[in-house]
Amino acid sequence: MRHRLLPHPLLTLVLVGIWLLLNNTFAPGHVVLGLILGWAIPMFTVRFWPERVSINRPLLLLRFIAVVLWDIVVANLAVAWLIVGRPQSLRPAFLAVPLVLKSDLAIGLLANTICLTPGTVSAQLSEDRRFLLVHALDAADGDAVIAEIKRRYEQPLKEVFESC
Amino acid sequence: MLEYLLSFLILAGALFTFVGSLGLARLRDFYTRLHGPTKASTLGVGCLLIASALFFSTRSEGISLHEVLVTLFLFITAPISAHLLAKAALHLGLTSLAPPPEDKPRR
Repeated sequence: MRHRLLPHPLLTLVLVGIWLLLNNTFAPGHVVLGLILGWAIPMFTVRFWPERVSINRPLLLLRFIAVVLWDIVVANLAVAWLIVGRPQSLRPAFLAVPLVLKSDLAIGLLANTICLTPGTVSAQLSEDRRFLLVHALDAADGDAVIAEIKRRYEQPLKEVFESC
Repeated sequence: MLEYLLSFLILAGALFTFVGSLGLARLRDFYTRLHGPTKASTLGVGCLLIASALFFSTRSEGISLHEVLVTLFLFITAPISAHLLAKAALHLGLTSLAPPPEDKPRR
């Protein structure tokens, strides 16, 4: 019963937060309206989100977000430099990153993270979900890029969203 | 003092957005072109949004938090469009500077 009435408590909290930010207010009326929306929307969209999301280590998630933001800044500078510099000397490559993640959310977040951090775009997930095809802008050493992605992004995501 | 910080942020944002678009012109195949606008622009838009949040928080009463939402939505949607474009390009078999991934284990 609890699962049907409140399928995604986390999503509810996020929706309330987004509603309050959208209105740029913390007035009680908007809190109530946000709570109603946050309760109703997950109930009606539960078919798109069949798995229940659990965050095992919130602190690690925060650290992961900080790492990603930092990487975005650093890598943005790097890509800007590559574009302004000599685009002819780029060595683009397709890399197949073997996945240990299993859940939809974790894989989605990994693909999203790879796209956000400049220099790499996730291009395709293999049908058996064991490889994520990534296009790298400048990969002299493909294996090093793959190892970096696995160590920096996949490992924390696995610890946060999939108990290990 | 604040004006200097804001001008710096806006100029930096404009610069990164420009470099992102410059990538479209200078890079040579579809996949590498995809990197310019989706990437260099994240930092560019980020700088502009921080400047906007600072400006409206100091000029009007109350702090302005719309920008947090813009960032959130941007960071959710931009990678998805990049991913779909790359996927479509792979599907169509566009010419690529990188060796195409046919020899890689795909399925």
